[in-house]
Amino acid sequence: MSFLDMDEALIALAEKVDLVYSPLVDTKTFPDDVDITLVEGAVSSEEDLHKILTIRARTKTLVSLGDCAVTSNVPGMRNPFGAKAVCDRAYRENTTLDAGTPDQDIPKLLDRVRPVHEAVHVDVFIPGCPPSADTIAYVLTELLEGRQPDLSSKTRFGA
Amino acid sequence: MEEATRKTIVIDPVTRIEGHAKITLHLNEDGRVEDARFHVTQFRGFEKFCEGRPFSEMPALMARICGICPVSHLIASAKACDALLAVRIPPTADKLRRIFGLAQVVQSHALSFFYLSSPDLLLGMDADPAKTSLFGVLAEKQELARDGIRLRQFGQQIIERLGGKRIHPAWVVPGGVSEPLSQLNRDAILAGIPEVLKIAERTLEWFKSVVERFREEVATFGNFPTLFLGIVKKDGGLTFYDGGIRIVNAAGDVVANGLDPADYQQYIGEKVESWTYLKSPYYMPTGYPEGIYRVGPLARMNVADRCGTPRADQELAEFHELQRTAVLSSFHYHHARLIEILYCVERMEQLLNDPEILSKHVRAFARPNSPEGVGCCEAPRGTLFHHYKIDEQGLIRWANLIIATGHNNMAMNRGILQVAKHFVRGERLTPGMLNRVEALIRAYDPCLSCSTHAWGEMPLVVELHSPSGEILDEVRRPC
Repeated sequence: MSFLDMDEALIALAEKVDLVYSPLVDTKTFPDDVDITLVEGAVSSEEDLHKILTIRARTKTLVSLGDCAVTSNVPGMRNPFGAKAVCDRAYRENTTLDAGTPDQDIPKLLDRVRPVHEAVHVDVFIPGCPPSADTIAYVLTELLEGRQPDLSSKTRFGA
Repeated sequence: MEEATRKTIVIDPVTRIEGHAKITLHLNEDGRVEDARFHVTQFRGFEKFCEGRPFSEMPALMARICGICPVSHLIASAKACDALLAVRIPPTADKLRRIFGLAQVVQSHALSFFYLSSPDLLLGMDADPAKTSLFGVLAEKQELARDGIRLRQFGQQIIERLGGKRIHPAWVVPGGVSEPLSQLNRDAILAGIPEVLKIAERTLEWFKSVVERFREEVATFGNFPTLFLGIVKKDGGLTFYDGGIRIVNAAGDVVANGLDPADYQQYIGEKVESWTYLKSPYYMPTGYPEGIYRVGPLARMNVADRCGTPRADQELAEFHELQRTAVLSSFHYHHARLIEILYCVERMEQLLNDPEILSKHVRAFARPNSPEGVGCCEAPRGTLFHHYKIDEQGLIRWANLIIATGHNNMAMNRGILQVAKHFVRGERLTPGMLNRVEALIRAYDPCLSCSTHAWGEMPLVVELHSPSGEILDEVRRPC
């Protein structure tokens, strides 16, 4: 969402890049030979893990975007309780009909939520909850120009 | 051998929605759809992992449920905390929270309408999937895309002016808000209103000019009787912040009115399905599954007697001409959403011109005085409940959340079955058929990260299954 806060700068960006895979476009399969991928969120299910391995294999520069991706942040708060305890609360205690954790045709939760770089190699980290649109635009500009972005004065954890 | 003729179609991920989901369509021997399921594939567990945290952290923590409507979670959470403190917040804080919530409805509805659904409305349901995005809209009708970007920006800038940042501001707190509104910011927001009112009006006119092209979709996109649920003011008027729960039936008759949101567990049940992380709430007096109801823009237009602002009320009157009973087709969520944008802008202008709005008294201080609190508001997608219990030290012991998108779960499932039965033919599948199934989901504008308290971007996926459960086809769009 912070990416969209670039507002009209999105129009200029669209002239420089092809957005090949995103919740905003209708591509269903992650394409080969992607130059830059921004990944947000922590790795919390078997599906997430499978996806991030595919993305890494097909991406030149992988950017871990936001505190959840960088540290596992809020999703990681479930780790001291474990996947079973959080599911029991939602699907057994806080339920009036057919209590029981769903387990058919949906990805299994991993025992531990992990940041992206614990699953695959990450090239650029952008902390922040969320990082501002200006920060994201700066990183993309630097990467498109072939430079490594210096984020020391641009964002921080929890920003 | 009979088994071999049974097929399943999988759409995975469903795209141009907020969050991760897939759809499975089960076909009979004749290649006709006989069952459809909407699977939400992520879950985080906020209701458990908030345990042991101080209640005062809840607004900021719960806001992380969603990057699109964090403001609604801030408001519902802070209202639950107000109940724990047992305070009445200052009138100016009440009004500032309302403005904050309305600004978010504008940006969230703009995201849904322009960024996610306008490609279908402008380019058609059978358009080339390579072009069906905001960037495709930009190429085809630049002013429409620019209007959408501007409207979303307007809402986000108000949130930034009030709360200090666009996403996850920490300004709404137990007891009120942390800072008063400055005259400078008030005047800056007011100055933008005439422009966005024009955008809201011309978007409505454009939508009404194209809706005729979608007669078949209007007839089949979740077009069936259900109950509708939403908050209304004491006088029956539209509100997003505070009121009693009203429920109307498909005939448009009120079946319950003035229900206290704090008693929600007495009339809303939550059912688990084994194949999705999203629970299915239902209206308990009618039971399951007859207690199916819808929330959100369409429901609000069906439950409210009036909007209470001049232009939106004109549009609401015209909206009700669509159908003498309640308006039943979920395709009309789009229309309702645009009327609400108009209302929000008009209503913000009224509130910003209130002489009290610049008052410095914006926060009540107290220690926790009640062991339990419920907070409820209308989020962009519908009615939102936060419910907390605390111990003597003010640490959270238990929480339950019912998120707007969740209320619509049964209606979304029934809706994809209706649209798939009408459009999908297993023997000659086209991307346009499956896009219509996804477009039905888009009409509800589900926020799936919210609804399962999950995290991050959720691509939707569609599978085609045979009656035996064998996967017939997976439609994957060209890259």
